[in-house]
Amino acid sequence: MAADAGAGLIAMSQARVATDASGVQVRHLTRRFGDVTVLQNLDIALAPGSFTALLGRSGSGKTTLLRTLAGLDPAPEAAIVEVPHPTAVVFQEPRLLPWQSVWRNVALGLGGGGTRERAEGALREVGLAHRLDAWPGTLSGGEAQRAALARALVRSPRLLLLDEPFAALDALTRIRMHGLINELWRAHAPTTLLVTHDVDEAVLLADRALVLDGGRIAADVPIDLPRPRRHADPRFAALRARLLGELGVAAPDASAELELHA
Amino acid sequence: MSSTSTELSWRPNGLAGARFAPRARLVALARSMAGARRFASTLVLILAWQSASMAGLISARTLAAPSTILASAWALIVTGDLPYQLIVSLGRVAAGLAIGVTAGGLLAIVSGLSRRGEEIVDAPMQMLRTLPFLALVPLFILWFGIGETPKIGLVGLGSAFPIYLTLFAGIRGVDPKLMEAGRVFGLDRRGLIRNVVLPGALPSALVGLRYALGSAWLSLVVAEQINATAGIGYLINDARDFLRTDVIVVGLLVYALLGLGADALVRLVERRALAWRPTLVRG
Repeated sequence: MAADAGAGLIAMSQARVATDASGVQVRHLTRRFGDVTVLQNLDIALAPGSFTALLGRSGSGKTTLLRTLAGLDPAPEAAIVEVPHPTAVVFQEPRLLPWQSVWRNVALGLGGGGTRERAEGALREVGLAHRLDAWPGTLSGGEAQRAALARALVRSPRLLLLDEPFAALDALTRIRMHGLINELWRAHAPTTLLVTHDVDEAVLLADRALVLDGGRIAADVPIDLPRPRRHADPRFAALRARLLGELGVAAPDASAELELHA
Repeated sequence: MSSTSTELSWRPNGLAGARFAPRARLVALARSMAGARRFASTLVLILAWQSASMAGLISARTLAAPSTILASAWALIVTGDLPYQLIVSLGRVAAGLAIGVTAGGLLAIVSGLSRRGEEIVDAPMQMLRTLPFLALVPLFILWFGIGETPKIGLVGLGSAFPIYLTLFAGIRGVDPKLMEAGRVFGLDRRGLIRNVVLPGALPSALVGLRYALGSAWLSLVVAEQINATAGIGYLINDARDFLRTDVIVVGLLVYALLGLGADALVRLVERRALAWRPTLVRG
């Protein structure tokens, strides 16, 4: 892996096509690593401006799908992968370049003029306007992840891919980040795919949840709760229980609640 | 000690001051005493050397007295002899380093960034690196004669390998996750090299630069033994012919100071170029 860092820099796939449409189309996507089939003839369509949560146990192919959509892994020839351009990713780790100031990280790879102003605007949106010139090494975990979010937002993505971006944060920071993501998604309305293993997070943020299991879509659950959503809402609990069930996790308290309110 | 006691008596009723100030002063005093002790042992050594020389226990042909060395150093400075030789030596190191760092750096970039480059460059470099490069002096003399070329060439050779090895390792050690992030955010190959690969390899390369400087001085010392007509090495060789141990020691001291100065310079560069590192940010 380390040897790949310098050598073989870019290997963009040909089956992945950036389109003018805002939605995402995936058809016949199969990915194998050795003998293991991670994605099995997958068909997915994401509506423009929708917020989809992709749930699944570890090893279910969530991240593989996201990486294919991001163009980080090549899509096989037989597949059709159409994604809107530009696409932005927020990874599980902030992945900021430690040797560039926060605003330069946000402006990374931006073309055109006024990059500092644009970066400043994006950082203001995530509440980091006061850390423009800081080194990433001096940011807290939450601040660094907000900077990573600003780096995604600044390119006005039409597809926003979130790869478990809150998994490494503490509970309180995570709650604040949920609120921020919610606001930003409503303000900018990019087509959003959130990979997560946290059912609560999915129900809180997305308007559709896909459960991936054995390389296939095991469940496609619409989440039509009014926003802002509350855990105390009985419909929240019902959806939560249903998704946990799809993931094969027994949730006795949740199902009890479900029966109570049904 | 005396200053502490006068301080106490001078402030008769400053209770709070009397409680804290002397303690702080004592700590400072103890610290300076420790520094003085370290300095003192060196001083004692030099004084013993001086008295032994004056008593005739050490002949001037074996080792000149410190006072003589000091006087000779001063004389060499005011006549302009030492500054001139110093500039000649510095010029050799600068030229050799420029060649060595450039060559080592370019080779490391070529073999670090492409697999084919590695196949072509790395194997011969790894083989050559095992040669003690100072053993190449006879060959260098046959190839380049006894002028400036073999001297600069030796310095260049000595400094190229540390740069090559550390920069190559630094490039290969760049976090692949950062490379991925750079790709996702639209950096092309050149952008990746400029924004991710080279800055990521810089800490390692600067360690290499320190090694390279050490190696360059060593090469200089050896190279200046080759029929030099100017430079610190010439100063030393010339002094040997006239049994001037005082001038030899002056030359050695200059070599030592140059080494220290170069190291300080690289540390200064590190402080500037690696200001982003959390350890330096906090410290």
